[in-house]
Amino acid sequence: MTSLARRLASANTLWIGLVLLGLIAVFGALRPDAVLTVFTLQTTLVETSVLLVLSVGMTYVIITSGIDLSVGSVLVFSGVTSAMTMNALNGGDATGAGWGTVLVGLAVALLSGAAWGLLNGLLVARAGIPPLIVTLGSFGAALGAGQLLSDGSNVSGVPDVLGEGLGTGTWFGVPNLVLLAAAVTAVGALVLGTTRFGRHTYAIGSNEEAARRAGIGVTGHLVRVYLLAGVLAGLAGFMALAYFRVASVTGHDTDNLNAIAGVVLGGTSLFGGVGSVVGTVLGVFIPAVLRKGFVIVGVNVYWQPIAVALVLVAAVWFDQSRRKARNQR
Amino acid sequence: MGEPLLEARDLVKTYGSVEALRGASFTAYAGEVVALIGDNGAGKSTLVKCLSGVEQPDSGSVLLDGEPVRLDSPTAARALGVETVYQDLAVAPDLDPAANLFLGRELRKPGPLGWFGVLDDKEMRRRAAESFRDLGVSLQSVDVPIGALSGGQRQSVAVARSVVWASRLVFMDEPTAALGVVQRERVLDVVRRVRDQGMAVVLISHNMPEVLAVSDRVEVLRLGRRVARFTTARTTVEELVGAMTGALSQEGA
Ligand SMILES: Nc1ncnc2c1ncn2[C@@H]1O[C@H](COP(=O)(O)OP(=O)(O)O)[C@@H](O)[C@H]1O
Ligand SMILES: [Mg+2]
Repeated sequence: MTSLARRLASANTLWIGLVLLGLIAVFGALRPDAVLTVFTLQTTLVETSVLLVLSVGMTYVIITSGIDLSVGSVLVFSGVTSAMTMNALNGGDATGAGWGTVLVGLAVALLSGAAWGLLNGLLVARAGIPPLIVTLGSFGAALGAGQLLSDGSNVSGVPDVLGEGLGTGTWFGVPNLVLLAAAVTAVGALVLGTTRFGRHTYAIGSNEEAARRAGIGVTGHLVRVYLLAGVLAGLAGFMALAYFRVASVTGHDTDNLNAIAGVVLGGTSLFGGVGSVVGTVLGVFIPAVLRKGFVIVGVNVYWQPIAVALVLVAAVWFDQSRRKARNQR
Repeated sequence: MGEPLLEARDLVKTYGSVEALRGASFTAYAGEVVALIGDNGAGKSTLVKCLSGVEQPDSGSVLLDGEPVRLDSPTAARALGVETVYQDLAVAPDLDPAANLFLGRELRKPGPLGWFGVLDDKEMRRRAAESFRDLGVSLQSVDVPIGALSGGQRQSVAVARSVVWASRLVFMDEPTAALGVVQRERVLDVVRRVRDQGMAVVLISHNMPEVLAVSDRVEVLRLGRRVARFTTARTTVEELVGAMTGALSQEGA
């Protein structure tokens, strides 16, 4: 527990949490009637769930001082393969299919994500190609492959049980999508913060050569981290499928950047070695809260990306100056 | 003096067109401190890396207890009881001293949590604090990232890490370079203590008084080759410097 508290305080997490609380307080003061309603909260949470799952994987990748630009495209690819498989199992339209089909669809989505993640990981860790280039490649390739499979159009025919169960269903008033994202996030945070896998993730990002000399299997570990990001992107694809009831091949071009922004806003360092999933949760909600808040108080919503950009640059600048100060000792 | 603990014969290591080692030999005996000296670029760090599994020599052989060994990874060397303080320290600056001490050998919680890989941070921190105390490493806090410590403290942690895990031999590549007088004496005390436990310590240093004070033997490397060997009690700074610069050479060193 002390180590968790220490990590919270030492990263920018505390600071970013205060920013988030401040934003909610300001919007709440301006329009108390609209902001703090269950509905606003619910829709904000649901819309952020998919991005949060992507961002958990991204947190691991960035802590190793890597980057994954492919997550949004892998999400699309996984949604397409999953929806098409479910349709194929049900004579071309899975709308009326049962849970068996849904489970197969889930497996296909996860495997699709895993395949891209594995490819990314092998190219980064084994072939030693910079992650920016590798995942820029799979960013294009996964989207292209998804569009090839679906002939460039969205895939419909998502089972009703999936849409009603996972997509829009709730459990004691909490949307199921949010519960799933929360579970993924909790496991992601625990693994990163308390296990050997997490410790090695930090060590590799902090000093890859030191990790290697300490006997950590750096190559294998990096492959697993990109694999994890891929699997979570596959899961996110499946969640989007459930929510929108269609595998959309458009509208995910900036998911990667949104995930990276959330992770970095949450205090994870692009230089690696520092960060937390808890921070990522806060970081992911800042843009979401800004967007919702601007809508509610009637500010032109096009201000939102500008506001996010300002906070982002400030966060990175803060991280950089902290590092400089430290390295001068 | 008996059989050598570690012996390197005719190691060659090239980086592109740079010949870092050109047939270097090296010997260390159990229970001694052997100083490895030489001018900058003589190949000392490269020799240490070849003998601790970080680099693989292009040719030559390494014997431990007279048996040929393959040191194809740092893990292989560590499994043989060989630990190293690297010149660039090789610590993870964002992790705290305890995490660095246990890097790659983390303790897991007992029971089911441990099966999932959950770390026993409390126990690691307790043992780390104990080791640091034993070795005279003073840190204001064991909770801060090691990158926030002074260069000397980082170096002390790296020394502690090697000593804690070694069972046969410790390489120390300029372990006192960034240290103040007090810390330097502490590290040299540690070196003597490790030797007195029967391990071999290979100390690389540019500080001749330090070499004379702590070592039992000296081996001199020049341009990637061993050019001289001395028994410390019967040598002088002038002789050592002469061997390093090439003014003096021994046949068959
Ligand atoms: N990774 C490397 N790549 C290229 N050249 C290297 C590398 N490591 C060492 N060298 C070269 O090998 C020679 C010996 O270096 P080193 O072993 O570090 O010497 P020392 O530790 O005795 O000062 C130097 O000329 C150095 O520039
Ligand atoms: Mg050197």
